Amino acid sequence: MITELGHFALVLAFLIACLQSVVPLVGAHRRWPGWMAFAEPAANMQFLLTGLSFAALTYAFVTSDFSLKLVVLNSHSAKPLLYKVTGVWGNHEGSMLLWVLIVTLFGAFAAWFGGNLPPTLKARVLAVQGMIGVAFFAFILFTSNPFLRMAVPPFDGQDLNPLLQDPGLAFHPPFLYLGYVGLSMTFSFAIAALIEGRIDAAWGRWVRPYTLAAWVFLTIGIGLGSWWAYYELGWGGFWFWDPVENASFMPWLIAAALLHSAIVVEKRESMKSWTILLAIIAFGFSMIGAFITRSGVLTSVHAFATDPERGMFLLLITAVFMLGGLTLFAARANVMQAKGVFSLVSRESALLVNNLLLGVAAFVVFVGTIWPLVSEMFFDRKLSVGAPFFNMAFTPFMVVLGLVLPLGAMLPWKRGNLSRVATSLRYAFVLALAVGALAWAMQSGRSALGPVGLFLGAWLVSGAAVDLWSRTGRSGSRLARLGRLPRADWGKAVAHAGLGVTMAGVAGLMAWETEDIRVLQVGESLELSGYELTLLDVREIDGPNYDSTQGVVSLAQDGQEIATLYPEKRFYPVAKMPTTEAAIDIGFWRDVYVVVGDPQDNGGWAVRTYYKPLANWIWGGSILMALGGALSLSDRRYRVAAGARKTRPASEVPAE
Amino acid sequence: MRRAGLKRALRALALSLVLGMALLVQMSGEARAVQPDEVLDDPALEERARDISAGLRCLVCRNESIDDSNAELARDLRLLVRERLVAGDSDEEVVEFVVDRYGEYVLLQPRVTGSNLVLWLAGPVMLLLGGAIGWSYLRRRGRASETPANALSEEEAERLREIMKE
Repeated sequence: MITELGHFALVLAFLIACLQSVVPLVGAHRRWPGWMAFAEPAANMQFLLTGLSFAALTYAFVTSDFSLKLVVLNSHSAKPLLYKVTGVWGNHEGSMLLWVLIVTLFGAFAAWFGGNLPPTLKARVLAVQGMIGVAFFAFILFTSNPFLRMAVPPFDGQDLNPLLQDPGLAFHPPFLYLGYVGLSMTFSFAIAALIEGRIDAAWGRWVRPYTLAAWVFLTIGIGLGSWWAYYELGWGGFWFWDPVENASFMPWLIAAALLHSAIVVEKRESMKSWTILLAIIAFGFSMIGAFITRSGVLTSVHAFATDPERGMFLLLITAVFMLGGLTLFAARANVMQAKGVFSLVSRESALLVNNLLLGVAAFVVFVGTIWPLVSEMFFDRKLSVGAPFFNMAFTPFMVVLGLVLPLGAMLPWKRGNLSRVATSLRYAFVLALAVGALAWAMQSGRSALGPVGLFLGAWLVSGAAVDLWSRTGRSGSRLARLGRLPRADWGKAVAHAGLGVTMAGVAGLMAWETEDIRVLQVGESLELSGYELTLLDVREIDGPNYDSTQGVVSLAQDGQEIATLYPEKRFYPVAKMPTTEAAIDIGFWRDVYVVVGDPQDNGGWAVRTYYKPLANWIWGGSILMALGGALSLSDRRYRVAAGARKTRPASEVPAE
Repeated sequence: MRRAGLKRALRALALSLVLGMALLVQMSGEARAVQPDEVLDDPALEERARDISAGLRCLVCRNESIDDSNAELARDLRLLVRERLVAGDSDEEVVEFVVDRYGEYVLLQPRVTGSNLVLWLAGPVMLLLGGAIGWSYLRRRGRASETPANALSEEEAERLREIMKE
């Protein structure tokens, strides 16, 4: 009964979305207030109904209603409650429902907090958001309905893929979707502004919070996914350049470019057409991501739902929105006259360089991701594009980005003086050089990767600190003024420093990781980068829905025991699938990572141990980046949108 | 016409994926990769083997190198690589040996030949193109600054608009 109600609510939401995508649009065109006002209750209703539908599906999962096909395929009565809930989106149909729930959530958000938007723009934004809703409701109802029943309900379910039964992965999809779908909001704003024929500083200010929020969510989502891969897949890889990872990484790069170019629109009324184009492309990449993940055209580690029909449907949605958006863009190019003027050396130019680097980097990832498909279809060459290509083709852009970032971030608007900026950054640069040189001197290998990464990290972090300090003025209580700086300034510094920390972490881990693979008898020890690991015991353990072989490994340094680690090898009998649970001794400077493998013929166990320097810096940096975005998002001018207009934050006054 | 082609490609890929998955279901999630018995005694040779392995694709897996993969075939390939190295082949000869038997599909880093030039040059060409467009845009904005009074009034007008909207 509840299932049918959920199904019915979904159909109703679809119908409301259809109305919402037409009525307010006509209203805005004809200036009919009643028709325009229709958008707001419609958006609320849509969200409410989709929420009901999602709740109904969650209820079916929690109560293990095995008359529902989706529950049978993805759940089991013995599964812990947390994973019964997260199992709702651990599959194609449920995750699409979550996706569309977030589409309607953002729509409702614009209805709630869009009070200061001109009524025509608001109506149009909600109408476009409604169209996106229509497309995805149709996709769910016609190709991926989660509410299908079983004719003969089985006694128990087939369990969720054990790899997904993990806290890291449980919350990775919701954050990613919040990010992907957040970009649908910027798309809606871009299209609405094009229809409206007005793109000005105010538009830049309205659209930036959504971009920023989407980017923060994507950062968290990608970080969680990468952290999960690190500890769950059993060899501590954190990024595989897998098509599905790239599918989330491309929108992240474009969103990063977009949130910077939107600043130029907001503060200087320039780069408008480029920003609109980026907003369209960013959402395009989100949908291409959905297509890549769900169509199976590109073989990948975590593609689920590989159905050509669904693939075609998603491709069609993507094509319609992209072609529509780009056509409108071309037709309205004349309304986007740049207003602000600036010289070659200025913040504006620096942000343009940022956009160029991020845009081309995203393009490289895109070409690399689809190249196997293109090559096979048009050149009849079956080939692979993997990590070695991306490491080589993508990294240079990030190195250049890291090099110019601190300089660009300190350039004033309109007209800057490069040598003055360079002077204020000289100590930061010397410090970074010293860090890089130290790393070079201490390392045993010849690779430049580690020292360059540490140099960039130190350069970005100290550059961000100098930037922040320089905003406190010349004299007086600078420290007190530091605390009173606008949150946007703090956000910028924290996010840029976070990028540096992540860069240092990636480079350090890739350059200086050591590994040991060997057979250990119980009681035997091994040496790894100054640590002594002893296999004390191997025992059998019963989990709630799995059996586990658990190793007990003591970790000692200089004869002092510092930790006992419990690596596990689990077996999920229902899904007939083994998983590896690595045991990690987490530290600030390094992780020690232990995996227990198969029993050997002579009674020993295959044991792999890894020494992973700076591993946590990768995710620490991601957290800092997300925190920076959140700080920026909480800036006064977004919180009190109306009041902030009178008292402009200090950061808007171009520093001389 | 092209659509039919795409659909066919989609279908073929989906089918091969399902087959691949059937193979994978029993294997994924379990870290086996390089086994203790595979490791060569000579650490220098072993390091070369690892480097080569990281660049070769496991043919039955989804986007994994044979170094990371735990499939049987990946193990066979890892042993083959080590066998060739012990026999005295150079790194290039080992890779050539594998490519001769399995095609360029095994290379995770595509070769810079023929149509692959498009892949390799896409980034640099786009950077030059975008750089040129950006440069000309900057020049235009820079020249517009010859009338500085305009910029000021524009900013004021924008502020005025915002104040009026309240």
